Amino acid sequence: MPLALLKYGIQRKYKGNRYFPAAKPLRSAYDVVIIGGGGHGLACAYYLARDWGISDVAVLEKGWLASGNTARNTAIIRSNYLTPEGALFYEESMRLWRSLAGELGINLMYSERGHLTLAHTDAAIRTSRWRAEVNQHLGIDSELVGRDELAKLCPELNLSEDIRYPVLGALYHPPGAIARHDAVAWGYARGAMQSGVEIHQQTEVTGIQSLDDGSIELETDRGSISAGQVVQAVAGMSSELARMVGIKLPIRSVPLQACVSEALKPFLDPIVVSGSLHIYVSQSARGELVMGGATDPYPLYSTRSTLDFTEGLMANMLELFPFLENAKVLRQWAGIADMTPDFSPVMGITPVSNYYIDAGWGTWGFKATPVCGSCMAELAATGKAPELIKPFELERFSRMEQVGERGAASVGH
Amino acid sequence: MKIIDCPLNGPRNAQEFICAGEVKQEPSQDAAIDEWADFVFLENNLKGVVHEWWCHVASSYWFVVTRDTATERIIATYRPDEFFASQRQTEGADSE
Repeated sequence: MPLALLKYGIQRKYKGNRYFPAAKPLRSAYDVVIIGGGGHGLACAYYLARDWGISDVAVLEKGWLASGNTARNTAIIRSNYLTPEGALFYEESMRLWRSLAGELGINLMYSERGHLTLAHTDAAIRTSRWRAEVNQHLGIDSELVGRDELAKLCPELNLSEDIRYPVLGALYHPPGAIARHDAVAWGYARGAMQSGVEIHQQTEVTGIQSLDDGSIELETDRGSISAGQVVQAVAGMSSELARMVGIKLPIRSVPLQACVSEALKPFLDPIVVSGSLHIYVSQSARGELVMGGATDPYPLYSTRSTLDFTEGLMANMLELFPFLENAKVLRQWAGIADMTPDFSPVMGITPVSNYYIDAGWGTWGFKATPVCGSCMAELAATGKAPELIKPFELERFSRMEQVGERGAASVGH
Repeated sequence: MKIIDCPLNGPRNAQEFICAGEVKQEPSQDAAIDEWADFVFLENNLKGVVHEWWCHVASSYWFVVTRDTATERIIATYRPDEFFASQRQTEGADSE
């Protein structure tokens, strides 16, 4: 038997399949350079090749693929936002998500669970109703549900009135989903590489210079690169990178922590979120509860974990799911979130020509991966921002037009 | 970071404080809108040593913290008058 196995092993006809094509050497010039090999950057590279025929593209990543916030989020996908600009943008992302696994040929474990945003106060009920109305107006599946329906949708939830913050109702968003975040990055990376895009890991940008002819010179720890266009997609380090090219951003870098429990018997179908209690939780396919909370209370560039976070989160988790009192936390981690003053992203052109920015993704970036990649690709290819991302341009701040304020007046156009 | 040395109340648990962001120079009332937008919205957001406004919530006391945002180390805390006096001194020394 061992001999047969050995023979099988050395036979040439059973070659292993490489998931990624072999890496190519780093060249000194590309049409487009994307800084940041996370979901957003890789998606942008993929759509540049697929939709615009631009494959002379390099993605530079200082660590390894998806080593930043792509692998640190809690993988929730939804489009029930409050501002029409936001809701329309994320709804387009949902449309792309639904066919993504088939298109990329990788199992994203995209799982539509339904998304419940719990309301514990009259004010939260009002906001939920407002959100549901905005959503329905835009064709997004979203409604306010009361306690009776909530008991059917999520029987495990503690609906007792004898707790600190009794649940009064919830905003219900049936298409709310979770997905396997690493696979999203791998799928986009392979798709892009198959079209000729080069991905260079362990390549850190150390300086950026905008030249008179409109091209951009990048200094990296592996030599300098000349680029026709540059797309920056480095969530968590956005301000530091933009500073290299003289751009100041409306961003504070704040850690966002999350954790998972040990694997438990499947009991939680929907994704449960509570704004008042600062909780979001879903159960992964292997039974772990994936839990997140509020961002840390002050800006920081360190991805350390704190006991304050787990303690605070669990106090509230146990109000909603008291039977978890003996469950153990398995892992805890942090990512650095780009927090903007209006809780909307910063995407589009910058004061530097041919330098495009994709930043300010705070705590809401993962779900936008497909639509963001597609829009940034269009921007880099044509030099014009698509309508969907126009409201999010950096310049909105110098016009005092934050997206939260514009929401009521301009319905997405 | 667990303990912050408040200039008024002494060492207290970090949870008693809020961070209100970088110490910035407020523009003059008739400054251009760009200058105001910069003051209100834009941030240096430095990875490294920064000076920030912090408040001890229970006593509503505002003061300045110098800390390192890369390592989470608090380097010093100052009463506001003390901080701005030392700033003026450094500026004076620079211009000489």
